[in-house]
Amino acid sequence: IKELGHDYTGNPGTGDCSLCGVADQDRAPPPSCRCAWNFSLSELFQGPVYLYYELTNFYQNNRRYGVSRDDAQLSGLQSALRHPVNECFPYQFSAKGVPIAPCGAIANSLFNDTFTLWHQRLSGGPYVEVPLDRTGIAWWTDYHVKFHNPPLVNGSLALAFKGTTRPPNWPVPVYQLSPDPNNTGFINQDFVVWMRTAALPWFRKLYARIRQGNYSAGLPRGNYRVNITYNYPVRAFGGHKRIILSNISWMGGKNPFLGIAYLVVGSLCILTGFVMLVVYIRYQDQNDEAEDQE
Amino acid sequence: MSVYESRSEERQSAGEQERYLQANNEEFNSMFGYPNNTIKTSKYNIFNFLPLNLFEQFQRLANAYFLVLLILQLIPQISSLAWYTTVIPLIVVLSITAAKDAIDDLKRHQNDNQVNNRSVLVLMNGRMEKKKWMNIQVGDIIKLENNQPVTADILLLSSSEPYSMTYIETAELDGETNLKVKQALQVTSEMENDLNQLSAFNGEVRCDAPNNKLGRFTGVLTYKRKNYLLDLDKLLLRGCTIRNTDWCYGLVIYTGPDTKLMQNSGKSSFKRTHIDHLMNVLVLWIFLFLGCMCFILAIGHSIWERKRGYYFQVVLPWKDYVSSSFVSAILMFWSYFIILNTMVPISLYVSVEIIRLGNSFYINCDQKMFYAPKNRPAQACTTTLNEELGQVKYVFSDKTGTLTRNIMVFNKCSIHGTLYGAVYDRFGQRVEISEKTEKVSFSYNELADPKFSFYDKTLVDAVKRGDPWVHLFFRSLALCHTVMAEEKVEGELVYQAQSPDEGALVTAARNFGFVLRSRSPETITVVEMGKTIIYHLLAILDFSNVRKRMSVIVKTPEDRIMLFCKGADTILYQLLLPSCTPLRDVTMEHLDEFASEGLRTLMVAYRELDKSFFGAWFRKHSEVCFCLEDRESKISSIYEEVEKDLMLLGATAIEDKLQDEVPQTIKTLNKAKIKIWVLTGDKQETAVNIAYASNLFEDDMDGLLFVEGKDDETVEKELRSALYKMKPESLLDSDPINSYLATKPKMPFRIPEEEPSGNYGLVIHGYSLACALEGNLELELLRAACMCKGVICCRMTPLQKAQVVELVKKYKKVVTLAIGDGANDVSMIKGIGQEGMQAVLNSDFTFCQFHYLQRLLLVHGRWSYNRMCKFLSYFFYKNFTFTLLHFWYSFYNGFSAQTVYDTWFITFYNLVYTCLPVLGLSLFDQDVNETWSLRFPELYEPGQLNLYFNKKEFLKCLVHGIYSSFVLFFIPMGTVFNSMRSDGKEISDYQSFSLIVQTSLLWVVTMQVWTVVVGIALETTYWTMINHLFTWGSLGFYFCILLFLYSDDGVCIILPNIFQFLGVAKNTLTVPQLWLSIVLSVVLCVLPALGYQFLKPLLWPLSVDKVFDTIHGLRHPLTYPVRSKLKMTGSRRSAYAFSHKQGFGPLITSGMFMKSKWPRKNITHKK
Repeated sequence: IKELGHDYTGNPGTGDCSLCGVADQDRAPPPSCRCAWNFSLSELFQGPVYLYYELTNFYQNNRRYGVSRDDAQLSGLQSALRHPVNECFPYQFSAKGVPIAPCGAIANSLFNDTFTLWHQRLSGGPYVEVPLDRTGIAWWTDYHVKFHNPPLVNGSLALAFKGTTRPPNWPVPVYQLSPDPNNTGFINQDFVVWMRTAALPWFRKLYARIRQGNYSAGLPRGNYRVNITYNYPVRAFGGHKRIILSNISWMGGKNPFLGIAYLVVGSLCILTGFVMLVVYIRYQDQNDEAEDQE
Repeated sequence: MSVYESRSEERQSAGEQERYLQANNEEFNSMFGYPNNTIKTSKYNIFNFLPLNLFEQFQRLANAYFLVLLILQLIPQISSLAWYTTVIPLIVVLSITAAKDAIDDLKRHQNDNQVNNRSVLVLMNGRMEKKKWMNIQVGDIIKLENNQPVTADILLLSSSEPYSMTYIETAELDGETNLKVKQALQVTSEMENDLNQLSAFNGEVRCDAPNNKLGRFTGVLTYKRKNYLLDLDKLLLRGCTIRNTDWCYGLVIYTGPDTKLMQNSGKSSFKRTHIDHLMNVLVLWIFLFLGCMCFILAIGHSIWERKRGYYFQVVLPWKDYVSSSFVSAILMFWSYFIILNTMVPISLYVSVEIIRLGNSFYINCDQKMFYAPKNRPAQACTTTLNEELGQVKYVFSDKTGTLTRNIMVFNKCSIHGTLYGAVYDRFGQRVEISEKTEKVSFSYNELADPKFSFYDKTLVDAVKRGDPWVHLFFRSLALCHTVMAEEKVEGELVYQAQSPDEGALVTAARNFGFVLRSRSPETITVVEMGKTIIYHLLAILDFSNVRKRMSVIVKTPEDRIMLFCKGADTILYQLLLPSCTPLRDVTMEHLDEFASEGLRTLMVAYRELDKSFFGAWFRKHSEVCFCLEDRESKISSIYEEVEKDLMLLGATAIEDKLQDEVPQTIKTLNKAKIKIWVLTGDKQETAVNIAYASNLFEDDMDGLLFVEGKDDETVEKELRSALYKMKPESLLDSDPINSYLATKPKMPFRIPEEEPSGNYGLVIHGYSLACALEGNLELELLRAACMCKGVICCRMTPLQKAQVVELVKKYKKVVTLAIGDGANDVSMIKGIGQEGMQAVLNSDFTFCQFHYLQRLLLVHGRWSYNRMCKFLSYFFYKNFTFTLLHFWYSFYNGFSAQTVYDTWFITFYNLVYTCLPVLGLSLFDQDVNETWSLRFPELYEPGQLNLYFNKKEFLKCLVHGIYSSFVLFFIPMGTVFNSMRSDGKEISDYQSFSLIVQTSLLWVVTMQVWTVVVGIALETTYWTMINHLFTWGSLGFYFCILLFLYSDDGVCIILPNIFQFLGVAKNTLTVPQLWLSIVLSVVLCVLPALGYQFLKPLLWPLSVDKVFDTIHGLRHPLTYPVRSKLKMTGSRRSAYAFSHKQGFGPLITSGMFMKSKWPRKNITHKK
């Protein structure tokens, strides 16, 4: 299993994105900024390859953050759409009193950096865009069962969301997240992925799958560049952003923990087993002797 | 009306001082506002049930705590859990309790209704009318018929029987099945059933205010300007039943709630077990621990908010009311208080109740404690004390009727210096009496009781010969008693005796030809050798525990006035004429001989009275009888005037047989290190003898220590020498206990167990005990007594019995058990006061045979205790593990009171998911089966020392819980950290993580049941089956619920805000990492526990562990070995007893039933 990662938080002096990182300070929403990550592969990166983004020090598991959502609204219930639950506060209503859809802190803080991957087959040659599959990154159940758009009004999603406003940090309303009608609104897959909050303050989320065209078998040899649209501010709270390319085995991604743990525990078991055997035999003898003496 | 009101108010405010009423005068009586005869034992009605019951339930600390939690949860600022996580368990718990209460109360309602609506005949305007019980008023005259229950406490006016006697059965009141006799006043009995006279009866009664003393009633009846004294003999109490009496009339004195029965009911003191106390202490600890954790986490939160949260506001702004990290921390304290509430397990108390109920059920259903002849199973009257049975250290036992059968058989006698009863063969050698020994034939006497057997022909010969002493002896036996004879069929006499001793004596006299035929208040008819002779009964000087003797004064047909007396030899000894000293010495020798055989002895004497002396005495006697104040002491001094200068007639010896298997039982209990103290009213020698017979003392003991001094100094000296003998260093100042006493003399403390130098038995006398208890020798006494193997306290009064029990409880702080069958044991059973007659009502467990005790203690008690301990350890463990996970998680979520689990899991964890293994553990666990626990009584010991659950064990649970929660948090965390499913989607999301954690938690906790069970001992296949069923059933059940709640269809879609974990099951349960992590967690949590359980007996062996080893070694359970009965040798001194209850007094009867009177044993716990 192979994994490639790059920290593009942009702390001063750490490379290409530092300009963006400095620029984003204290502005919300920050102006978009572009930077890039270049890397080269000397051999084939075995597919299928997945593109993740990783955030650290981001407390998606904070209780107040975690409850700040309205599942009823997200499941497309009309009534909930215009009456978000109180947990969403302060992202329940906009300053003008218009209900926010989707409401809550989770939705408001939707990760909005975008990545594109370019491949330079020969050095000096042109960069070719590697197609990124942005669908099928969310759980099937989330996408099909848990999240629904509200019923269309006159065939228009925009009308369905009439009377609501976008979350303050968002540049666009929810129905414009994607031009694809199956991937916009509440069922935008980026959004769905984001809404499945992480258990720990360091987490990865799937950004895209690379499985199309020439790249279905993996990323071939060559130079690559990831163009990053740097929108998302993390430096304020000491967070980091990383972009990761990884492939997958039957056991999932690269996580040596279980393997190591099993080895350690197994050897410990054998060791203590021996110790106990020794102790058992010794004390058994002693007890027998004591009994004999009695 | 105003008068009525003011009076009734007065009555309520000042409390009734005296009851004043007039018969047949409703107007007068209504002035006092006495209640009517309605009884109400129910607590609730339909309308007040809910509020009242809820109010009562919330008075319980645990419930109140959850109410507070609920209120906290409703405050949105700090609510960290959905409200239903608390409400659902609370409602379940409350409704279980409420349902139980409701059913109980419904039964009481039905009972009340049925009782209140019974009808009784009331005298109204000269006619008898039927009225409902509830409408009876004070002052009414009612008519009761045979076999009717008594309606209220009534004053007996007249009855169908001669001399207005009325027989009642008091089984409902005190459990005694023999009949008692009540007799009306002469003046009222003349009215008989003349309705005119009865309606004209306008007697006024002044008597005690309603009280709960069953044994006391004094009052005065004023009728036709004369005063008549009233006492208990004239009062029929509610709860009795009329027997053998066609009808009787009575004046209602106390009604409904004022009756002695009702005054006695309810208000039972609630006994708490050691474990209850421990549990309360532990809950307090948990509270403190909880507070600490909340505090730590709040501080953590404060730091986090300052360092991180402040900057994280870009994403998650502080709310309006949070102005600083400090305010936020305060709120977080309460949020954590809510989240960690599962540390204090709400279901703990309910579960404990259920377990106890289950174990009581086992006791009630045990076929091996079912006594077929009486058709009576053992019964746990108090269900809350079962596990105490597994911790008993001291057993206080009564002798008569408890160790022995309380069936007395006339065995031997000594008449005028001649011993009768022993059988000799042709060579003058004494012969053991056996089945084959020829019985004496009583064919000359057609009234003889065929069941009576006697083996010494010489006595019959003496009777036939007409030996005057022998005749006088049997005559006195036939006259001096309070037995009543019943002759339903001509020639078939049945005697009803207050005490079995008397019955035995009168039966003996009957067989030898002095047959008590019938008696009336003034005469006794005796058939003497075929001749009917009527004696005039002049006075009965009844038995009392102080006097220890009784006498009758009769006028013979020859116009001589004779006093016959029988009583304890120590008393009578001093009352004899000096002239019979030689005879006395011979008789005393015989008594010694009887005593050495363990027989109960009585001395019989007579005196002929001068007519003028008797006349003078009789006048004084009648005066005193009407005296109100201090009547009892005056009467006894009057009695003493006549009971002196007696002529000795002889002595009797009665055999009181031991119950079945008593020696074996005592031996077994001794092996279980249960100390048995026999508290008896018997004489020292008799008691010692019984002690030897019952294995309490053994032949190979190093010595018996006697304490029989009569003043403080001698007692002190005797106690000190006893202590010196057993443990020489115990008297030195350097002894730790002594030095401790010297420094802190007044502090209540606990005397540690001491090791004596050998096997000793202690015998202490009643009066020495009194000295010791009064004269600051308590501690010496206790130390000496507790070092002995067996202790016998003889000549005890009921109060002293209670004092002894108190003493041990006070200084030893161990579980004691008192066992007895009669009224005189009640005080020791209750441990307070000496109101008699309520033995059954006051007991916690009842069973019919002494040897059931070993089963009750060694099998049921041990099981109950073990189960309770395992249950508690396990329960605390599982809740600690459950709750502490939140603690670990806090470090990763900014101390934001985020829960690790789904709210539904929190709701159901105790209630559903883990309840099956718990129940299986606590109801079906048998670490060793009953055969083993009887075979190896040593297994009982850990309970006495309270080894299986104490503060140390609790801390172990805590540590184990911390460890498990640590493993359970970090293993899943490592598993999900940055890890992916095989389709590239991440599994590190919160909900998947929750699912992994809770599933592993449930696995671990369920598997842990095995270590709890396996750890302590070998398991039986019986348990394994049930355990399998419960464990896998429980896990299976969990997955069913899981699939239902977390799946992507069904009801969950309709309420997305409540069922947030939609679809998690489908996505996460298919991930291999989940299962690998579960296996790892289980291994890591269970293996150390198993290893510990495995190593513990090796490294820190308890005495029981060896026994377990032995049991392991023996594959097949042995049958319980039958030990041969210990043979008594005649070398031991023993003696005379006069254990006897107050007789029927001056009441006499002509017909009675005979009821076999099997004692019912009553046991009670003391803490």
